[in-house]
Amino acid sequence: MVFFSYLISGISLGSVYAIIALGYTMVYGIAKMLNFAHGDVIMVGGYISFCAISYLSLPPAVAVLLAMVVCTVLGVLIEGLAYRPLRQAGSLAVLITAIGVSYFLQNAAQLIWGVTPKIYTSVVSFRLPNSLTRLGLSSEALVTVLSCVVIMVALTTFVNKTKMGKAMRACSEDKGAAQLMGINVNATISMTFAIGSALAAIAGVLLCSAYTTLLPTTGSMPGIKAFTAAVFGGIGSIPGAFVGGLLLGIIESMAKAYISTDLANAIVFAVLIVVLLVKPTGLLGKYVPEKV
Amino acid sequence: MKKTLALLLAVCMMVAVLAGCGGNKETAAPTEEATAPVEENVGAENAGAASGTFKIGGIGPMTGGAAQYGMAAMTGAQIAVDEINALGGPVQFEFRAEDDVNVADTAVNAYNTLKDWGMQVLVGAVTTTPCISVSAEAYNDRIFCLTPSASSTDVTAGKDNMFQMCFTDPNQGLSGAQYITENFPDAKVAVIYKNDDAYSVGIRDAFVGAMGDAVVYEGTFTEDTQTDFSVQVTAAQAAGADVVYLPMYYQPATVILTYAKSIGYAPTFIGVDGMDGILDQEGFDASLAEGVLVMSPFAATSTDELTVKFVEEYQNRMGQLPNQFAADGYDCVYAIYNALQAAGCTADMSNEELCDALISTFTSDSFSYSGLTGQGMTWSTVGEVTKLPMAFLIKDGVYTTP
Amino acid sequence: MKKLSGLKKTTKVDFATYLGVTLAFLIVYYRLQRGGLTNAMTSWLVPVCCFIVMAVSLNLVVGISGELSLGHAGFMSVGAFSGVVAGMSLRGAIPFTPVRLVVAILVGALFAAVAGVIVGVPVLRLRGDYLAIVTLAFGQIIKDLINCLLVGYDSKGLHIIFNLGKKTVADLHLEEGGVAIIKGAQGAVGIQKMSSFLAGYVLVMVTLVIVLNLIRSRTGRAIMAIRDNRIAAESVGINVTKYKMIAFVTSAALAGAAGALYGLNYGSLVSSRFDFNTSILVLVYVVLGGLGNIWGSVIGATVLYILPEALRQFADYRMLFYAIVLILVMLATNNPHLQQLAGTVAERFRGKKPARAGEGGQSHE
Repeated sequence: MVFFSYLISGISLGSVYAIIALGYTMVYGIAKMLNFAHGDVIMVGGYISFCAISYLSLPPAVAVLLAMVVCTVLGVLIEGLAYRPLRQAGSLAVLITAIGVSYFLQNAAQLIWGVTPKIYTSVVSFRLPNSLTRLGLSSEALVTVLSCVVIMVALTTFVNKTKMGKAMRACSEDKGAAQLMGINVNATISMTFAIGSALAAIAGVLLCSAYTTLLPTTGSMPGIKAFTAAVFGGIGSIPGAFVGGLLLGIIESMAKAYISTDLANAIVFAVLIVVLLVKPTGLLGKYVPEKV
Repeated sequence: MKKTLALLLAVCMMVAVLAGCGGNKETAAPTEEATAPVEENVGAENAGAASGTFKIGGIGPMTGGAAQYGMAAMTGAQIAVDEINALGGPVQFEFRAEDDVNVADTAVNAYNTLKDWGMQVLVGAVTTTPCISVSAEAYNDRIFCLTPSASSTDVTAGKDNMFQMCFTDPNQGLSGAQYITENFPDAKVAVIYKNDDAYSVGIRDAFVGAMGDAVVYEGTFTEDTQTDFSVQVTAAQAAGADVVYLPMYYQPATVILTYAKSIGYAPTFIGVDGMDGILDQEGFDASLAEGVLVMSPFAATSTDELTVKFVEEYQNRMGQLPNQFAADGYDCVYAIYNALQAAGCTADMSNEELCDALISTFTSDSFSYSGLTGQGMTWSTVGEVTKLPMAFLIKDGVYTTP
Repeated sequence: MKKLSGLKKTTKVDFATYLGVTLAFLIVYYRLQRGGLTNAMTSWLVPVCCFIVMAVSLNLVVGISGELSLGHAGFMSVGAFSGVVAGMSLRGAIPFTPVRLVVAILVGALFAAVAGVIVGVPVLRLRGDYLAIVTLAFGQIIKDLINCLLVGYDSKGLHIIFNLGKKTVADLHLEEGGVAIIKGAQGAVGIQKMSSFLAGYVLVMVTLVIVLNLIRSRTGRAIMAIRDNRIAAESVGINVTKYKMIAFVTSAALAGAAGALYGLNYGSLVSSRFDFNTSILVLVYVVLGGLGNIWGSVIGATVLYILPEALRQFADYRMLFYAIVLILVMLATNNPHLQQLAGTVAERFRGKKPARAGEGGQSHE
């Protein structure tokens, strides 16, 4: 019985990682950059929905939509102002800029919303019957897992079936060739950032609903973990991010329960290393042969 | 080419910034020199009434993950300084707070920045690790330090100039154990603590040492894993614990309470002074904390005149209720104010003279201080404070005395 | 003069670097002795030296060897804690502080080098961003492991316990007069301050000599050949793993030395100081100073360590300004128009005709 509740908490934690990792992996797949500011967009999403619910008394669904809109605009702005001018520069230059953006968002959030934690009222209003909660299954966990699956399926369909999705895949393969085929590369990348940031907003709402406290630094650790999850599953791969996120959550939960709560993080990272050593491109990553 | 440009820009920036600093220094330097000559002839008249404008420095984290604690303590101190200055008495304070990001080397930099400014007495540092590094420096420079909230015994160890306004961690753990043995005999106790935090570990060590076999489960977490407690809470429930001791700050405690409620686990939760502030969080559902015992020296809901006035002022400035960090910061400044008057210090005394005078005052039998966080507080020669812990029961969203 | 101009350009740059660092040291040291520095500036000296060593050593991995490492602070951590243990426990054996400091730095470097080998052997098989994430993971693991470490010292020698949540300092069973050096998560406390600016300068110079000589040697050329084209390098018989390991382990050892110097400069030390953010910070120094550009790293580390301190006058807006400066500098230095302008100015300065656009300005990719 206890094992099941550990498993359930692992899955719900993993689902949050998975949603964040989906955003990471989309951006990486197309822009080929590690967007370290992604975790902080999550934090912004959390604050926006918090303000919408607490100060404007909007219904949760509207608050989530508002957070998505704000984050989408923010994501596109960040891409246009900070990353696009560096398209031709080395990948490290963009990485450093992303770190700058991350510092900026954290400190701006501190100035706007202050340093004391906000307590997030869960956007999930229904309660599960006691027989289920006794197993450790909370309504937040259920919503998180479900939305994660829905988002994963929707994203996969979008990328594989739509014209925009095809453009994204083309850009991810070869930007030059895509441009020659008449694809607007800049617009495609902006679109990717828009989707990634909207996902970050959802992740922010779900993260805060499940773990309640909201601080300017809330996004950074889940951001790093989700990045790990994306690599775990094979960065650039959408199902990979999903699987990676879930596994990471389960491993973390099991390590805490059966090995040591002190070393839970270390164990997660150790498993990651072992996986990468056996399969250097992650669980579902593509192997790209090197050209001379 | 790119590198040349990068460096060029960097150097320009540097020059510009340093030029800015230089400007400040030039204005600061003469005042230091002006006070210097006077110092020589104060020795003779040092027993008179306290007077002059003293420069009080403050160090605490004001950005980064621990910013809330530093901000609260420094705002509390600022309120006290403003009140004292408004009295218009002979003793006036200038206060300047610097950020240490909760990092030891930045704290030492902040300390030296304050020294350049002419700091005579230090309120800080707020958090333990930076405080240990800063107190080592201050010990060599003979600057008197009173920390609002750095509670480890390592902070004061071997340093006669270092005093604490808060309980030490072992004291707090012991009084927690004592309270539980008296009020919950035969209880099965679970402890959840933060393993990479000196405060949490210090309390836990003393607590578990005193409780012995009554502890049925111990769960830990770290900075990186403090958003999810499902495993620890489930395990405490599985171990049959009916009292859960939480030596930690209120923020992870909130997450624990929320999760425990969501799975319908309702033991008696007992928190330490770091738990204070839990009710003041914006959006906090007070029913989560119903029945929680908080052992804290300060309650913002107290109705005595001093607390009411302080809470009102703090709310004006910060838009929220103060927690014990703010109250400790406030008390630090007033304790120093009282001690300066008791010792008859003047602002033109050297740092060393001030330090010695304050040390002998703080440790003397006749000196005691009553403020927001306790009545009749006295200090031992080690620098530890003696005051009574108060246990509050959270009932209907407010602190009540059980 | 004739002899100087006969030297290779790289050799000239190297000597200029040594000369520049020494001159800067002499000027600062002179002012320090004469009391011409503020207390704040004095307190920056040792950490600046530490972070210069960190940046130069990371540049060896990121700029010269071309591998992105996000766990450099982990090696600093290993060096800092082992250095502190050595520095404190040898108090009786080596009473003369400077010698003890040197020994502590060597111990720190040695332990970090061992960690470098342990990490490097499996990790260097990976490439690019995968390598980055694994080094990040190692940084985290090292941090967590040190949090579980209890180390004490008494007349019988060192006592070490690996603590999984139930043990305390009392379990070390120290004799009377023994000291607990590392108290798990509380870190090391009561450290005797041993580091000095002079030691920092010497360490920076040693680092520069080691790194610059390595780069200019046959080994260094092999490392750079691997960076520029691994397959081509392999095809001419260069042992890829061996040369990557040389760069990685050297870098780890130097980071360990920097850690020991850093650790012995403050009264307290916790492993959370050496987290992901610190690794990133050092990477920022390296990238802003210029990849593969050693004197750039020296200046980058100095400027960027001091920047947030110098911004203290902005109080609450300090870190916001820091972030904005960081973004603007990255944007400006990568702006093609500005690059061209800087190129023209630089060429004018040297009395040559402006270079054609597009000739410079490409990054190491």
